[in-house]
Amino acid sequence: MAFFLLRRIGTMLLTALCLTFIVFWLTNLAPNLEKLAKNQGNVRMTDEQVASFLQDRGYAQPLPLKYAQWLGVAPGWVIEGRDGTTRSRCNGVLENGVPPENARSFCGVLQGDWGYSTVFQDGVGSIIATRLGLTGKLMFWVMMVMVPGALIIGVLAGMREGSRTDRTLSTVSIITTATPEYVSGVVFIAVFASTAFGLRWFNGSATSAMEDATFENFTLPVMTIALYGMGYIARMTRASMAEVMTAQYIRTARLKGVSFPNIVMKHALRNALIAPFTVIMLQFPWLLNGVVIVETLFNYKGFGWTLVQAAGNNDIELLLGVSVVSVFVVLITQLISDIGYVYLNPRISVS
Amino acid sequence: MKDSYDGPILEIDSLSISFFTRLREIPAVMDFSVRVMPGEAVGLVGESGCGKSTVALGVMQDLGKNGRIVGGSIKFKGRDLNEMSQEELRKIRGSEIAMIYQEPMASLNPAMKIGKQLMEVPMIHRGASEKDAYDRALQVVTDVKLPDPARILDSYPHQLSGGQQQRIVIAMALMAEPSLLILDEPTTALDVTVEAAVVQLVKELGQKYGTSMLFISHNLGLVLETCDRLCVMYSGEAVERGSIKDVFDEMQHPYTQALFRSIPLPGADKNARPLRAIPGNFPLPHERPNGCNFGPRCDYFEAGRCDAGDIKMFDVPGNEHHATRCLRFQEIDWHAEMDTGHGAEKPEPGRVVLKMDNLKKYYEVAANALFGKRGDTKVVKANETLSFEARESETLAIVGESGCGKSTFAKVLMGLETATDGQILLDNRNIESTPIEARDTQTVADVQMVFQNPFDTLNPSMTVGRQIIRALEVFGVGNNDAERRERMLQLLDLVKLPRAFAERMPRQLSGGQKQRVGIARAFAGNARIVVADEPVSALDVSVQAAVTDLLMEIQREQKTTLLFISHDLSIVRYLSDRVMVMYLGHVVELGTTDQVFAPPYHPYTEALLSAVPIADTRVTKKTIVLEGDIPSAMNPPSGCPFQTRCRWKSQVPGGLCEKDVPPMRQLGGGHQIKCHLSEQHLASMEPVIQIAAE
Repeated sequence: MAFFLLRRIGTMLLTALCLTFIVFWLTNLAPNLEKLAKNQGNVRMTDEQVASFLQDRGYAQPLPLKYAQWLGVAPGWVIEGRDGTTRSRCNGVLENGVPPENARSFCGVLQGDWGYSTVFQDGVGSIIATRLGLTGKLMFWVMMVMVPGALIIGVLAGMREGSRTDRTLSTVSIITTATPEYVSGVVFIAVFASTAFGLRWFNGSATSAMEDATFENFTLPVMTIALYGMGYIARMTRASMAEVMTAQYIRTARLKGVSFPNIVMKHALRNALIAPFTVIMLQFPWLLNGVVIVETLFNYKGFGWTLVQAAGNNDIELLLGVSVVSVFVVLITQLISDIGYVYLNPRISVS
Repeated sequence: MKDSYDGPILEIDSLSISFFTRLREIPAVMDFSVRVMPGEAVGLVGESGCGKSTVALGVMQDLGKNGRIVGGSIKFKGRDLNEMSQEELRKIRGSEIAMIYQEPMASLNPAMKIGKQLMEVPMIHRGASEKDAYDRALQVVTDVKLPDPARILDSYPHQLSGGQQQRIVIAMALMAEPSLLILDEPTTALDVTVEAAVVQLVKELGQKYGTSMLFISHNLGLVLETCDRLCVMYSGEAVERGSIKDVFDEMQHPYTQALFRSIPLPGADKNARPLRAIPGNFPLPHERPNGCNFGPRCDYFEAGRCDAGDIKMFDVPGNEHHATRCLRFQEIDWHAEMDTGHGAEKPEPGRVVLKMDNLKKYYEVAANALFGKRGDTKVVKANETLSFEARESETLAIVGESGCGKSTFAKVLMGLETATDGQILLDNRNIESTPIEARDTQTVADVQMVFQNPFDTLNPSMTVGRQIIRALEVFGVGNNDAERRERMLQLLDLVKLPRAFAERMPRQLSGGQKQRVGIARAFAGNARIVVADEPVSALDVSVQAAVTDLLMEIQREQKTTLLFISHDLSIVRYLSDRVMVMYLGHVVELGTTDQVFAPPYHPYTEALLSAVPIADTRVTKKTIVLEGDIPSAMNPPSGCPFQTRCRWKSQVPGGLCEKDVPPMRQLGGGHQIKCHLSEQHLASMEPVIQIAAE
C-alpha cells in the first residue's frame, strides 16, 4: 500500500509538472506578453517600448529559465533596466541596485511564493486560498445533495428493473441530465427567484452566500449543479444495480430465504456501487470546471469565477496557480477513488 | 429434528410450467410427476433444454417474471408450495429446501466474506446469535472437509479454488439441515477428480443428515453413482421413471435406449462397435411434434399412432415403480442387439508426422504486478520435457485436468506461443520457434485446430459458407472464387451438413452444427494434424456421439493425425489409439489405450480412472479420492509433481518422491510412466474398472 501511494504521488507530481509547463508556455507566447505589456504599461507603446518593458521585467529570458524561476529551482532574476531602475523577481524594485541583506534569491512555487495577480492586485496564494474555500463550500453542499440523491434514485430504479418506479425515476434522471446548467439555472431563477411566477422563494444571486450561506441564497446554485450530475450518476447506479440484481448470487440469497430489503441492502448494494463509485469521484474535477458557469450565473465569486477573470485578462501567475491547484484536486480525487475502489471490490488488491 | 412428518418429502403431480413471451406461451415442462421419499436421492436426467432446471426452480417457486406454473401441484411435506405466500416461502427456502448450483463462483457473493454468507442462514431462519451462527458455520465447513475452516470463513470467494467454492455452496445449503436438497448440475464446472470428491462428499453428507436429494444432471454415470431412483426427461416431459436398476438394465423407452447407445461405455470400440448418435435435432419448445415428442427421432416410430395425441405415462406391468411414456413399450424387443451398421477397418498408423522432443514452455510472471520488472520474476513451468511422436492416421489423446498444460502445449504446436526449449519436428522440420505469423501457408494449413466452444469460435456476422471460403483463401486453396465455393460445398458434405447451410448465419445453427462448421474450417486446407481441444465437451450427449464419429470418419478418409485433448476418459478410451496423461506440465504416462487403461498405472492415471463416472450397472470401480487441489504451477511441489496427492507415496523408500522428479521409465511395448514405484508395486496394482460377468 505504501509503495502504491508513493507511486501514485510520483505520477501526480510528474503530471502537475507537465501540465503547468504547458500552461506556462501558452501564457508566455509573444502575443500574450505584448498584450500584458500594453495592459500594464501604456496601450500606445511602440514595439521597442514593449520589448524593453518585457526585457526589464524578466519576460525576455529563455522559457525554460523562466519556468525554473517560477518553480523556484533557479535563482530569481535581477535586471538593471534601461530606465535605470533595477528590478528583481523576488524583491520588486531595488532602490540602490542591490538586493537587501538576507533577501531570498529563490522565490517560486516551491518556496510558497505563487506570484502576484495583475487583475486582483493581490498575492496569488491568498486569492486561490479564499476562492477555493468558497468553491469548496459550494461543492460540499452539491455533493451532499447529489450523491445520496443519485444513489437512492439509482438503487430504487435498478432493484426492480422495468417496474413503474423504475420507469418514472429513469425518465426524471434522463431529463435532469439532458438539461445543461446554463439552461436549468436560468429556468430556476425565472421560476423561483423572479416575479414572473410570483414564487420569490429563493435569491437569484448567491453573492451573499459567500459570507453567510443560507437556505434562501444557496439553494439555487447547489440545485443547478446537483441536478445535472444527479441524473448521470443515477443512470450509472441503475444500470449497475439492475445487472447485479440478475446475478446468480442474488438468486442464491433469495433461495436462502433472505428478505427482499436485505437482499438489496446486504447483498446487492456493495456490488452495485463498484461501478458508479468511479463516476462519482470523476465528478469532483468536473465540478471544478462546471462551477465556472454556475458561479458566473449566480455571481458567486469562487474558483471558477476567478479562472474566468484570470483567463480573460491574461493574468499569467494567477492562471498558473489555478491550473496547479486544479491538477492536484483532480489527481488527489483519483487517488482516493482508486483506494476506495480497492476497499469496495475485494477482488482487486494493490499490494 | 424439525417435525415428525413421514410421508413423501416432495410430491410433484402433473406439473406444467410455461414461460410467457410477447408472442406466445412456451411450455417448458408438461405433465411432470415425481415423488421424493425421506432420505432418498432422485436423479433428473436429460439434455440441455429438456426442462430439468425449470422443475428445480419451480419447486423453489422462483421462475422469474415470465414463468408461471399453469397446472399441477408441488407438495412439500404435504403442503402445496403453489398456494404459499411469499412470506411462507421465504421461511421454507434455505431452511427446509436448499439448492446447490452449477457455477459455484457465480453463486457466491463476490463482495461478502464466506463466513458472513454462511452465518446469514441460521441468523435468518433461527434467529441465532452471531456467535452461534459462527460456531455452526465453522462446524459445517469442517463437515465439508475444507482445511483450516477459520481462515476459509474469513476469506472472499475469489480466494478459493473452484472445488473449494463448490464445497462452500454445499456447506451453505446444509447450514440449516434442510429436508430436501436440490442439486442443479453441481459438478459440471469442475474437474473429474474434484467432481469425484464432491460427489463422494454429497453422498456422505446425505447419509449423515438424512437429507432427501433431487439430483439434476446430464451425466448418467453420475446419477448411477449418487441416486436411488431416476427420471429421464425429454423436451419438457418425463419419459421414463424408475429405480436405477430398472432404468439402466430394463429400459422401457426408446429415448433412454438411444441415450445409452450414444455414450461410450467400456467395451465400445470406434471400429467394431461405434456409438450411435440420435438422429435429428432436439425440438424447440414451440415446435414440438404432435403426440410423442421423441417420435420424429425414434427408431420405433409408427405413423398414425405415435403422433395421434398426447401420451400418458404407463406403468410397466409387474413393477409399479417403473413407468414409461411410450405407446409401444410392450411391443419393442428391448434386448435386441443394436444395429451397429458397417464395422470399419482399423486404419494402420503410418509414418511419423509429428515429433516432440523435450519440449519446454515456461512463462515468466512478475511477482508483483504493480511494479513490473523490478521485483523478482516467478517462472510458471507450463510444459516440462514433453516428448512423444504422432503418426499418420493415428489418434493420440492428451488427458489431464485443468492447469495440466495441455492447452499450452496446443498453443505451442499451433505457433501461438514459441517453445522455451526442446524441439517440435513436423516432417523433420523444426517449427518450435516459428510463430504463426512466420509460418508458411502450407504449415499453417497442415496444423489446424478444432476448438472447445463452438458458440464463440464462429464470427457471428458472417455466413457459414463465407467463413469457410475465408479459410480457403487464407490457405491458398483454389484459383478463383468459383473453385473455392465448390470446395466449400464439398467440405459441407464432408461434415454432413446440408449445402443450404452455406447461406446461414451461425446463430441459426445448433451447437452440434456449429462444431461441424468448425471441423469443416479446420479441414479446409487438407490439414494433416488436427488438434481437437475438448471438441465435444460443450455439446449434449446425443450430439457428442455424432460429432465424435464424424471426426473419426474424416480421419479414416484423410489419414489425419488427430491430437484429441480431453478430460473425459470414457470418450478417450473409445476413440484413441494412444493416450498421453499429463499432470502439472509433466507427461506422467504414455502408451497405447489398452496399456494406459490396464494396470500397471501411474498413480495419477489410477485416480483419474476411478473418478470417471460410468453409466453401466455392471461396472464396479475402486474408489480413490484425491485429497486437496492441484498445486499451483507457480509453486509446484518438489520432486514428483504428483507427490502431494499420491496414495502410493509411502511405498517408495527414502522420500525419493519429494526429492527427485522420477525418470520416464519404459515398461515395454512403448508404455512409459514417470514414477518411482518399484516393479513389484507396479505389478501388484489391481484394475480400477471391472466389468462383472453377465
